[in-house]
Amino acid sequence: MAKSSLVDADSLLAVEIGTVNTRALLFDAVEGNYRFLASGTSTSTVAAPMYDAGEGVRMALDQLHNISGRLLVGMDERLMMPSTPDGSGIDRFSASLSAGQPLKVAAVGLLDDVSLKSVRRLVGAINSRIVETLSLDDRRKPEAQIDSIIRLRPDIVVIAGGTNNGASRSVLKLINTLGMALHLLPANFRPEVLYAGNENLGGNVTSFLENLVPFSIVPNLRPNHGTEQLGPAELMLTEIFRKIHGRKTQGIQELDTWASGMLQPTSIAFGRVIRFLSRVYDPTKGVLGIDVGASSTTVASSFSGDLRLKVYSRLGMGESLVGLVNRTKLEDITRWIPLDVPDDYVANYIYNKAIYPASLPATRADLAIEQALAREVIRAALSQAKETFPKDLSGPKRAGLLPWFEPIIAAGSVIAHAPSFAQSLLMILDGVEPTGITKIILDKNNIAPALGTAAVLNSILAVQVLESSSFINLGTVISPVGKARQGSPVLRLKIIYDSGQENIVDVKNGALQTIPLPPGRSAQLHIQPLHRFDVGMGGPGKSGRLRVSGSYFGIVIDARGRPIRHSASPDRRRELLVKWHKMLET
Amino acid sequence: MIAHVTHILPLASIRRKRILPIKGTVLVRAGQKVTPTDIIAQADLTPEHIVLDIARGLGVSPNKAASYITREIGDEISEGSKVASRSGFASRVVRSPFPGRLVSISGGQVLIEIKNKPFQLKAGIPGSIASIEAERGAIIETNGAWIQGVWGNGKVDYGQLTILSKDLDHIVTPDGFDVSQRGTMMLGGYCNQAKALETAADVPIRGLILSSLAPKLISTAIKMPYPIIVLEGFDQVKMNSAAHTLLTTNESRELAINAESYNRFEGKRPEIVIPLQGAGDSPTPLNVETFTQGQKVRILRSPHASTVAKITFVQPGLTRFPSGLRAAAANVELEDGEKAVVPLANIEVLG
Repeated sequence: MAKSSLVDADSLLAVEIGTVNTRALLFDAVEGNYRFLASGTSTSTVAAPMYDAGEGVRMALDQLHNISGRLLVGMDERLMMPSTPDGSGIDRFSASLSAGQPLKVAAVGLLDDVSLKSVRRLVGAINSRIVETLSLDDRRKPEAQIDSIIRLRPDIVVIAGGTNNGASRSVLKLINTLGMALHLLPANFRPEVLYAGNENLGGNVTSFLENLVPFSIVPNLRPNHGTEQLGPAELMLTEIFRKIHGRKTQGIQELDTWASGMLQPTSIAFGRVIRFLSRVYDPTKGVLGIDVGASSTTVASSFSGDLRLKVYSRLGMGESLVGLVNRTKLEDITRWIPLDVPDDYVANYIYNKAIYPASLPATRADLAIEQALAREVIRAALSQAKETFPKDLSGPKRAGLLPWFEPIIAAGSVIAHAPSFAQSLLMILDGVEPTGITKIILDKNNIAPALGTAAVLNSILAVQVLESSSFINLGTVISPVGKARQGSPVLRLKIIYDSGQENIVDVKNGALQTIPLPPGRSAQLHIQPLHRFDVGMGGPGKSGRLRVSGSYFGIVIDARGRPIRHSASPDRRRELLVKWHKMLET
Repeated sequence: MIAHVTHILPLASIRRKRILPIKGTVLVRAGQKVTPTDIIAQADLTPEHIVLDIARGLGVSPNKAASYITREIGDEISEGSKVASRSGFASRVVRSPFPGRLVSISGGQVLIEIKNKPFQLKAGIPGSIASIEAERGAIIETNGAWIQGVWGNGKVDYGQLTILSKDLDHIVTPDGFDVSQRGTMMLGGYCNQAKALETAADVPIRGLILSSLAPKLISTAIKMPYPIIVLEGFDQVKMNSAAHTLLTTNESRELAINAESYNRFEGKRPEIVIPLQGAGDSPTPLNVETFTQGQKVRILRSPHASTVAKITFVQPGLTRFPSGLRAAAANVELEDGEKAVVPLANIEVLG
């Protein structure tokens, strides 16, 4: 990978504006390679009482200045760009945004499981919510459709449908209904309209809509029956995202100007990093990224460059926690709490956290609830994301389980800023339930979105920082899948350290255990599944060997079963949760 | 670190901009006194429509249909009146089944807007109209006591304050309500019985101020015809002493509850205003502060949720809490003299 020395290295300042926090991250070349140097964090100021994203950015830059000693903002309150010979300022600036209410989308397409499916995939990549759909499957009268659009006032309308040279009359009929609604919307509520349908109709649709609404046209999402192309539409959607947030939120336009008009949705930037990694890692496995935010959770899964990206705007650790309660039973949350906490207290906690999303769990009980919620947020997001995975992935034969992924990258304050890495790892293992052999990587400093935005400006920087120690390699996790009685041996591991020392470990069904292998060391690992358990080495019962690099926990064997089953006895359940936690802490 | 402020003030100058999202009709004039429930502007925000398919009705192609339409955009249409007709051998007529206004002609179809109940924008607070924004709304000004809440059921009303109990540990029960409270605003503590809310609606009361509400009652509370405002949250917690003292000392006064839902992005927050006539000009409070020693704060989360305290020291750097988390923190002195260390993220300045 790119290890060349950098002669004229450009420093980079990357800013990420989240719902609760705004972060500024500084990257520069150190001894010929790009490195993440420092970060500053501030409360986000997108919402009340400041309503100006720029204030939070300035405070984050102040903190970064205090930490790094580097002057970033001049006396004129402007970013110092390019850098000066005395080391002040920066050369490049990038920005990403995840804060703000989800954009309201109206999706227009011919068929629910074809063109509308593509629209859902497209807009799912940003923090958005489909509030209305118009299609041939819609049995409502046109007036009902019109009234609904007027009432819901979408921010964006995406029109798809008809392959090129395919259906045209049906598409035009839908657009005519849409046009009547748009015509009736007051000018300040008219949405951005993106046309990504039958290209033969492009001229007609353009002349019909371009004087009515802000209008964009991109190549067809479904040019023919077997092809789906989201790339060009995604680029335009990003531009629309910038325009809308620039209008809605003070300070965003200025940031976009600093970023040379390249401000990105955080999810898209995160997805870009996951896609890149999937091209580098084992092509027989996917790469999975999960970012648990205050207002939403992003799941990015990529399979040899084929990215599936979805922002779950109803699944976050802040205001949207109430949405989790509506889709999950309370006992699904409380089953992860190792303390005896009354159900009412947990329910109250959820609603109070929704009122004060920036508040922190100061007590052990509150932290346990928060981390239980994080597990269920991840599980709920992944259970939906699984529906979007390609059908022919390699993985365990049992339905509903996660296919083989390596690595799995986790981000978001609740995981990254947990008091211990043991807590971070347990949240990831319990939420994701990985299968086979994988590496768990923690994005401790929320660097991934910054690298995604940086990749556009400086791909060498993105690659070199990804390869550096800026991400925490928590461990190589082996999760065998199969059926056996609790306590039966299911794996035999032989570890040959570089020193020549050997160690044999038998793992019993239900166990969670670690074999230390510190960072900087490596070892040869022979894995022998028993009872036809599957670890992803060619099928049930197949054994194999691999080279393992050292990491914070070394080798982690999670033989607790997939899915993890909890004891019906609350005392026994809590006992086990404590035991798992202690095992990792020690 | 930014210190968010919750306003609990005995006297403040309050200005509220009440603006329609689209152009409409303003129904008040500058200087006019308004009550919270007065309509200050209205607009056809969500009109209903009917589509008349002229092409199909006349049996012609969509392209030709426009030439048979006998009415124009903007025309008022009465029920049963002719909208399009085709004479000759196969003469046909399309009539409107409802009265309304023709708003669009497109693709051989005519769209008629049916008269609908307009969206009415309420004043939300009592006061006087400071200025008018043409076709959009007005700015309302008032002086008085001001208390911000954390949850509201979306309703607005005003009336005389009656106190269910001055006990900070009060629990609202159905038998706490009787006909003597008809038409009044009630102050209570924690509510965890749906029957209590329903009984209050039967009285009927004009509004309900609670310290806290059980989450299971949210859907019931939203259905109630009167405004419900929650000051602390969703736990059995006492009302903070600042709000409780302010409210109990204003017993029998007129107060207004605007129980709009809390939305930080749209700048909406449920609030109580007790207008104080002849109070003169009062200071306009700040919305943001910086945490400093001596500030009066409210603790938002356990273990001291809803307690009022005073900052005695803002700690430098990060402090480790019993949960293990490290966060910016302050030393505070609670009202009972107890000392505590709390994350700055878990306190709001009262002011």
